[in-house]
Amino acid sequence: MAVALILLLVAIGSVLFHIYSPWWWTPIATNWAYIDHTINITFWITGFVFVAVIAFMAYCVFRFHHREGRRADYNPENKKLEWWLSVGTGVGVAAMLAPGLVVWHQFVTVPADATEVEVMGQQWQWSFRLPGKDGRLGTSDVRNIASDNPMGLNRDDRHAQDDVVIENGDLHLQVGKPVKVLLRSVDVLHDFYVPEFRAKMDMVPGMVTYFWMTPIRTGTFDVLCAELCGAAHYQMRAKVIVDEEGEYHAWLEQQKTFAELSPAKAVVKATYQSGGK
Amino acid sequence: MVDIPYEGIRGIPPAEVPDVELYHPRSWWTRYVFSQDAKVIAIQYSLTATAIGLVALVLSWLMRLQLGFPGTFSFIDANQYLQFITMHGMIMVIYLLTALFLGGFGNYLIPLMVGARDMVFPYVNMLSYWVYLLAVLVLASTFFVPGGPTGAGWTLYPPQAILSGTPGQDWGIILMMASLILFIIGFTMGGLNYVVTVLQARTRGMTLMRLPLTVWGIFTATVMALLAFPALFVASVMLLLDRLLGTSFFMPALVEMGQLSKYGGGSPLLFQHLFWFFGHPEVYIVALPAFGIVSDLISTHARKNIFGYRMMVWAIVAIGALSFIVWAHHMYVSGMFPQFGYFFATTTLIIAIPTAIKVYNWVLTLWRGDIHLTVPMLFALGFIITFVNGGLTGLFLGNVVVDVPLSDTMFVVAHFHMVMGVAPIMVVLGAIYHWYPKVTGRMLNDAMGKFHFWVTFLGAYLIFFPMHYLGLLGVPRRYFELGDATFIPSSAHSLNAFISVVALTVGFSQMVFLFNLVWSMFKGEASGGNPWRATTLEWQTPETPPGHGNWGKELPVVYRWAYDYSVPGAAEDFIPQNQPPRATQLVQGAAS
Repeated sequence: MAVALILLLVAIGSVLFHIYSPWWWTPIATNWAYIDHTINITFWITGFVFVAVIAFMAYCVFRFHHREGRRADYNPENKKLEWWLSVGTGVGVAAMLAPGLVVWHQFVTVPADATEVEVMGQQWQWSFRLPGKDGRLGTSDVRNIASDNPMGLNRDDRHAQDDVVIENGDLHLQVGKPVKVLLRSVDVLHDFYVPEFRAKMDMVPGMVTYFWMTPIRTGTFDVLCAELCGAAHYQMRAKVIVDEEGEYHAWLEQQKTFAELSPAKAVVKATYQSGGK
Repeated sequence: MVDIPYEGIRGIPPAEVPDVELYHPRSWWTRYVFSQDAKVIAIQYSLTATAIGLVALVLSWLMRLQLGFPGTFSFIDANQYLQFITMHGMIMVIYLLTALFLGGFGNYLIPLMVGARDMVFPYVNMLSYWVYLLAVLVLASTFFVPGGPTGAGWTLYPPQAILSGTPGQDWGIILMMASLILFIIGFTMGGLNYVVTVLQARTRGMTLMRLPLTVWGIFTATVMALLAFPALFVASVMLLLDRLLGTSFFMPALVEMGQLSKYGGGSPLLFQHLFWFFGHPEVYIVALPAFGIVSDLISTHARKNIFGYRMMVWAIVAIGALSFIVWAHHMYVSGMFPQFGYFFATTTLIIAIPTAIKVYNWVLTLWRGDIHLTVPMLFALGFIITFVNGGLTGLFLGNVVVDVPLSDTMFVVAHFHMVMGVAPIMVVLGAIYHWYPKVTGRMLNDAMGKFHFWVTFLGAYLIFFPMHYLGLLGVPRRYFELGDATFIPSSAHSLNAFISVVALTVGFSQMVFLFNLVWSMFKGEASGGNPWRATTLEWQTPETPPGHGNWGKELPVVYRWAYDYSVPGAAEDFIPQNQPPRATQLVQGAAS
């Protein structure tokens, strides 16, 4: 029966497409393989349900389609069956939700040894900032933004002076080191998105958002903006390069600090205000 | 008041609601244009929604041309692309689907299915349509104002939506807000009518648990819409004030085009919470009428009672209630308080249980049925497949940590098109094939209908099923062109081109349907009053199409639920709701 067969083929074709299609997630570059595992569990459970429901439907169409003299059963409800189906669905849902929540707990719990990196979005480019020798990022405010201070750092904050500021460049990260990525925007929503990292988070003006990860392999990765941010949203690109320790430090040495990029008098003022400490 | 003797049958209370004195139109204008008859208003809503829906269809062709063949069409630039996606989304979700299900099907079916003469407030009902029309015209006008329509995305997230880096910042966004505010005012007038009519104007014997599921779906969706749209209303007003008066409800201190702006102190996340407090229930405002209608299509065309009617009603109510506490699952990567993730993931996945029950009951209704593969039944089957597919991918996106890599990718686009685009439209089309004979007295052409179904169903599936895998790969949504990205293989571009070709084909096949609608009006086979041999009241009207006041002199009296198909012992395989027990013909020789 043609209709039943086509319905069944839709289910079988979907499964075959899933198995043989060349389009699949990118090779992962961070510790978030847990996320991929959770997606796989979800694929197995939902795939089973999808095939089962459509196969049942196709069978019904095949077996019970109208013929002369056929009469349908009269069967208003079946409490027991409905109860069992509800419980079964509940178990399937729990099997997806439980690992999901466990991994979410990991995702929102930043390890204490994670170093901070700041990514700033603006229409339509990325800037990066790394803590200097003091290991702390200085404060910033959108009101401080000026031509010599594009990231709006606070000149009065001595922690800001040694921050490494990267304008229009690529971000380098060290493989194997957990990193807390602090996200900031000066104009509209953006989203720091590297497909291989799996993790992403919106950047919201007026707030600092974050996610954390540990890069597990070296390489060069595309940064895209994943939250619509206006006309040139699709062109807002950068690269992240994950290096071995030696290469990373060699790169870091070449970067300029905020104090080097901005007028020297700011340093004097900051030293004065912090009491020379 | 019509005097109908009380027959003493359990469940049929004596009449409490007196028959109403209807307003009777005196001229052509008040009969067909400024009409207060819900059936005319339903047609007006449907035609207006279809007209603006065709605009959205053309916009989808333009964006598929760009996505499939980037750089080929010089008349589409990045700004226009954003304007196309924004207007396509907004039109489809609000001005087409919401208006068609509630204003169109709601107006036509509620009074007929509950056995009323009309909506309880016919004048307000008329106003509802005219305000809706005004909202549509204001929306359409944005194509012609300086700067064009807004390109902020249908979610209209500030600060972007009202800043100068976004197309349509001059007039487009202002008129969009104005149009939404008008739409909500118009909808509220109609919505109050639908709710009060269902609660107060049911005919004798039509208890709540005898209502067809169509009415349950539309009724629950309307209650939800009345509670959800106010959130969008206030968000629209506040965004309009931020844009026009320079207030800062949603605007923190920020830089606009290199200059520090005058804004400060507002919260972009507040808008997102308000938007999705409306936006998630909105998904079910579209889905619940579809659930209800498809239940009736399946039952009628499988000649079998809907399986587990009571469970179906409670599932509709449970989904409606739960859908108000899941909204922030649209915001897992928005930067909101991270601990929200646990709560919203849990509520979101719980909603899968009543939804799954509905799916089981639809397919169990087919079991041991007498399945007539009519065009409405085919569309119902197409709905089940696309809805199950789209519902299951919702379990990925609802499960907070799984959403992190998939959000803002084509996976999301594929998911919501499958579940709230294709699936409800399958129901809309099935419902039109089903009720067209009642509206016009003629059948739609069957051969054109079957062609239309197979191209639409298989085509839509071929568009959106593979699209999930582009998202899995990491292809972001709302991109004018993908440009150079090492993770995107050239095969992904070929897939995009394939999807575009299929999308254009499916789009053009809708012309066959439009032709069928017009052609059958004049040349279609005469249908009679009840061509599908259905039980519900709208098929039992004395005239087809039903006249003004629906029921002639006497309102129908209801003796049974809406699903007495293939009752053992009865001669016919259906017993209309208004057929008294003693009038039922029994099979020869069966014990009475």
